[in-house]
Amino acid sequence: MDLVVNGTEHSVELDPRTTLLDALRDHLGLTGAKKGCDHGQCGACTVLLDGRRVNSCLILTVTLSESEITTIEGVDHPVQEKFLEHDGFQCGYCTPGQICSAVGMLDEAAKGWPSAVGDPELTDAEIRERMSGNLCRCGAYPNMVPAIREAAGR
Amino acid sequence: MKTFTYRTADDVSGGLEPGATFLAGGTNLVDLMKLGVATPDVLVDVTRLGLDQIGDLPGGGLRIGAGVRNSDLAADHRVRRDYPVLSQALLAGASGQLRNMATTAGNLLQRTRCRYFMDATMPCNKHAPGSGCPAREGDHRNLAILGASPSCVATHPSDMAVALAALDAEVRISGPAGERTVPVTELHRLPGDAPERDTVLEHGELITAVDLPPLDLAARSAYRKVRDRASYAFAVGSVAAALQVTDGTVRDVRLAFGAVAHKPWRAHRAEEALRGRPATRESFRAAADAELAAAEPLRDNAFKVTLIRNLVGSVLEGLS
Repeated sequence: MDLVVNGTEHSVELDPRTTLLDALRDHLGLTGAKKGCDHGQCGACTVLLDGRRVNSCLILTVTLSESEITTIEGVDHPVQEKFLEHDGFQCGYCTPGQICSAVGMLDEAAKGWPSAVGDPELTDAEIRERMSGNLCRCGAYPNMVPAIREAAGR
Repeated sequence: MKTFTYRTADDVSGGLEPGATFLAGGTNLVDLMKLGVATPDVLVDVTRLGLDQIGDLPGGGLRIGAGVRNSDLAADHRVRRDYPVLSQALLAGASGQLRNMATTAGNLLQRTRCRYFMDATMPCNKHAPGSGCPAREGDHRNLAILGASPSCVATHPSDMAVALAALDAEVRISGPAGERTVPVTELHRLPGDAPERDTVLEHGELITAVDLPPLDLAARSAYRKVRDRASYAFAVGSVAAALQVTDGTVRDVRLAFGAVAHKPWRAHRAEEALRGRPATRESFRAAADAELAAAEPLRDNAFKVTLIRNLVGSVLEGLS
């Protein structure tokens, strides 16, 4: 099947069981998206599918057609610089997922999508809630929050 | 994962060969396939059937396509304005990523997160009928207090379904025998002696939409969820409520409880006990007690009775 990843079209032959995460890592050599839990519970595998953040470990690649996938290798966004500036990581394993998730989340917030917190502005509480699908075992959250806040222009 | 063949559904008439199952967002099904708990021979992808729209119903109310993603439904301005409890319930569930993938029908049809069900190596009457239920004597802190049976004490994990139960939503179903509509409160079954069946759906029946009838009091509604961490966790207990108060008296009310039973639990007895009563904390607690009198907690989950009673009180006070 054909897959468009980071603007490049790839032709791959896959077992129907292959998740998008495994297709990216094992067949296309794009190892930025990480396999943490492989059950949709940690967010390390987050990529953008037609601009929306998703868990690539729970998507069967065979279900994708005419979709554009963006992985961390294809992301060029101010939130990356802000993560460096604020030291928003320790070991770095969750970082590609955090960045992709933040890019998707900032777009959702800009569209006016609500969250469970219900603040009108993208407060720190909003950022924490909206990013709760991405776990960081090192606990680098306190530095990620200002990085994302500044990337949002606040 | 066991191997399977994949095809896309051609139309909404439903119908499935033996061993086949429908696939939508996949957030639960693909996970269960990885765990070896779900072992379909054929996956029939229903995400390209055009069931992804939210439309106005002729007499008022909304028709939510079965394939509408949870995040789109939670953000819809009509849902937020007329049925805030539904938007709040959706936003209380899962994560941003999962809500972008999960669909309306898939959310309804997700399976229990009982640890014994999720572990293919354990006995479980739900995934291996007749093999027994270790939860009754084992880890059941987050399992049912209402409507359970000797064979199964699982809870339905959805937040969204609890709001839909409170809102009198109706589920539109298409299948080989034609179309039918079922109140969402009758979609899910109690376990009885057939816990392997979560719902009344027959093999090959496909949910095409969920209808929200016009409901004035739903504009004043709320969802409150208690969980073991601040976000991104299943409910330990939850309450969906809509309330109409005139001159200090409860004119009308809708109440449903989550994480207490094999299905979203519409609290008809509590509603009955509240209509015409003063809108006070005492009435709210008494109404909750009327519903919870039927509770049969297990060794480690009796706290849920108190939890739900307190939640009913705080949610209704917030709305009155």
